[in-house]
Amino acid sequence: MIATARKRTGYLLILPAAVWLAIFFVVPFYSLLATSLFDPEGSVLTGYDVTWHFANYWDALSEYGTVMLRSLWYAAIATFFCLILGYLLSYAIAFKAGRWKTVMLVLVIAPFFTSFLIRTLAWKMILADDGFVVNALQAVHFLGDDGRLLATPVAVVAGLTYNFLPFMILPLYTSLEKMDPKLNEAAADLYANPFTRFWKVTWPLSLPGVVGGTLLTFIPAAGDYINAELLGSPNERMVGNVIQSLFTTQGNYALAGALSVSLMVIIVTMVLVYVRRAGTEELL
Amino acid sequence: MADPSVPRGGVSRRNMLLGGAVGAASLATLPLFSTPSREQDPLNCVATDVSDSDRRLIISNWPEYIDEDTKKYKSTMTRFQDEYDVKVRYVPDVNDNIEFFSKVVNQLGACEPTGRDMFVLTDWMAARMIQMGWIQKLDKANVPNLDKNLISSLQGVGWDPKREYSAPWQTGFSGIAYNKSLVGEVRTMDELLTRPDLKGRVTMLTEMRDTMGLLLLSEGADPANFNDDEWNRALDKLSRARADGQIRAFTGNEYINDLANGNIAACVAWSGDVAAAGDENLVFLPPDEGMMVWSDNMIVPNLAQHQRNAERWIDWYYEPKMAALLAAYVWYVCPVEGAREEMEKIDPSLVDNPLIFPTEEFLASTHGFMALEEYQIREYEGAFSDVTGV
Repeated sequence: MIATARKRTGYLLILPAAVWLAIFFVVPFYSLLATSLFDPEGSVLTGYDVTWHFANYWDALSEYGTVMLRSLWYAAIATFFCLILGYLLSYAIAFKAGRWKTVMLVLVIAPFFTSFLIRTLAWKMILADDGFVVNALQAVHFLGDDGRLLATPVAVVAGLTYNFLPFMILPLYTSLEKMDPKLNEAAADLYANPFTRFWKVTWPLSLPGVVGGTLLTFIPAAGDYINAELLGSPNERMVGNVIQSLFTTQGNYALAGALSVSLMVIIVTMVLVYVRRAGTEELL
Repeated sequence: MADPSVPRGGVSRRNMLLGGAVGAASLATLPLFSTPSREQDPLNCVATDVSDSDRRLIISNWPEYIDEDTKKYKSTMTRFQDEYDVKVRYVPDVNDNIEFFSKVVNQLGACEPTGRDMFVLTDWMAARMIQMGWIQKLDKANVPNLDKNLISSLQGVGWDPKREYSAPWQTGFSGIAYNKSLVGEVRTMDELLTRPDLKGRVTMLTEMRDTMGLLLLSEGADPANFNDDEWNRALDKLSRARADGQIRAFTGNEYINDLANGNIAACVAWSGDVAAAGDENLVFLPPDEGMMVWSDNMIVPNLAQHQRNAERWIDWYYEPKMAALLAAYVWYVCPVEGAREEMEKIDPSLVDNPLIFPTEEFLASTHGFMALEEYQIREYEGAFSDVTGV
């Protein structure tokens, strides 16, 4: 009796989330899957039918393969920069900030009080052709006189890095903060130099944060389109921009659906491989 | 690693098979997600008109397209509200015809209300919506000024021969604009697309008909009647300029800020925007090979609850005085007969401005874009989008 009651409690606890996911994930996912198999000849005037047109996938990937690769590439670079910047900062907050810890954490979260869009638009002003950043870089001849930052890959990657940095910092901070500083002292007592202490003690213990942070950064960055839209030019467009354009401008639902599903499959595969390689099943 | 001799909880062969069967069965539901035709019959999608009890009017228009109140000046919209005691919610949320289309396609396509009483859309999009059966006929008895004062060149367009569904808001031209504090005069599309001093500092419009129309003209083709070969050459030109990095972006109305800020030096622009920006460094000029001309039209969507108020609005703006006040502010071509005489009293310097009151010869040098069938829209817009990335 008690065992079944307990079992039921478990299901009851899952129920709200399960219902939520069924309505807002499973159903839309089916709809997306159906969309990706639409007859590509459909239009708003004639309607769109599911004709099991699997060639949509081939068309999407052969036509937009380079855009897909570019997105993954930009997301990977942005994740790399986030990891470096984020690691240094979370390390500082966790171990060196003292009584400023809370203030610094609040500062990390503070950008979330403003809309994502507004912040990216602000970057557009900061990196503007006549803005002080470009002028300063031109003055030190880092950029040529006609050089610019807006509408270049640099701006897009910088925007991605900026926008997703907090998603890297928070998991990193949580895992570093849990670490017992005595472990480092013990390592020092055993004559480990600072580098060895970091590499053998701190880094392995922070791995759950590293894995969590890179996933939280890479996955949304690969599907992002706001940064490429506002800070890039047509030569920097990412897969999100293509999907948006296919859905809204061109009314080509079939290709847009196929591309969305492909993106999803590619990312899930990459994440699975990554999590396996990092051996994080025990870490998480 | 987990000990492999301990079975991982839960996954038995029976559950796997069951899961597989459920998965396969649920795939069969996919066809349920097909999307039906979005065509509607406007006669079946009529809302009860509450204009007289609920004195409101909700309008979607393009940004920077209407005069505004200042301390000394009472705008035409404020005067309208005072005259009819109607509260207008004026939303400048049309930045691109197709973008707006996708904003309302789900409601209008399913005969559901959009919450708006009037849209202002360009000819071809208005035509497309009328063809989809999404637009209500105007009650001619309520808009006497429209029939009386609409200028002759705009009466009887192909897609609305008797102007039963639509009333032009403004007409305008697409040409070249540049910032003269940054670069010298830009006279042709070829200069815009190839001049080295403009590299990476040029924008084009996401409106296919404006951008491609001008490119077709620069290829010596007629945008009102072109063949695939001419289209391909024009598109090729655009594609090359994009790949070279000459073009920075494809935009809607927002190009005007970038032009004033110096992020771009020259662009394809709409005639009124440059004047309305009020920046003396910005210059609009017709390219040597000719300009594109278009109109934006007021239309009333299905299930609009305040159609009567929308008709009051149309009639109001077809009074020559109001039309002249509006034109003096937005600097687009005024579609109202008699406004030119009114303009004498408001601002005599604008009376002879061909961008507001074009002469017959001036209009003869401008071009329209040919009407496209649904499958052509798809084909041409698709090819254009693949180049622009928008």
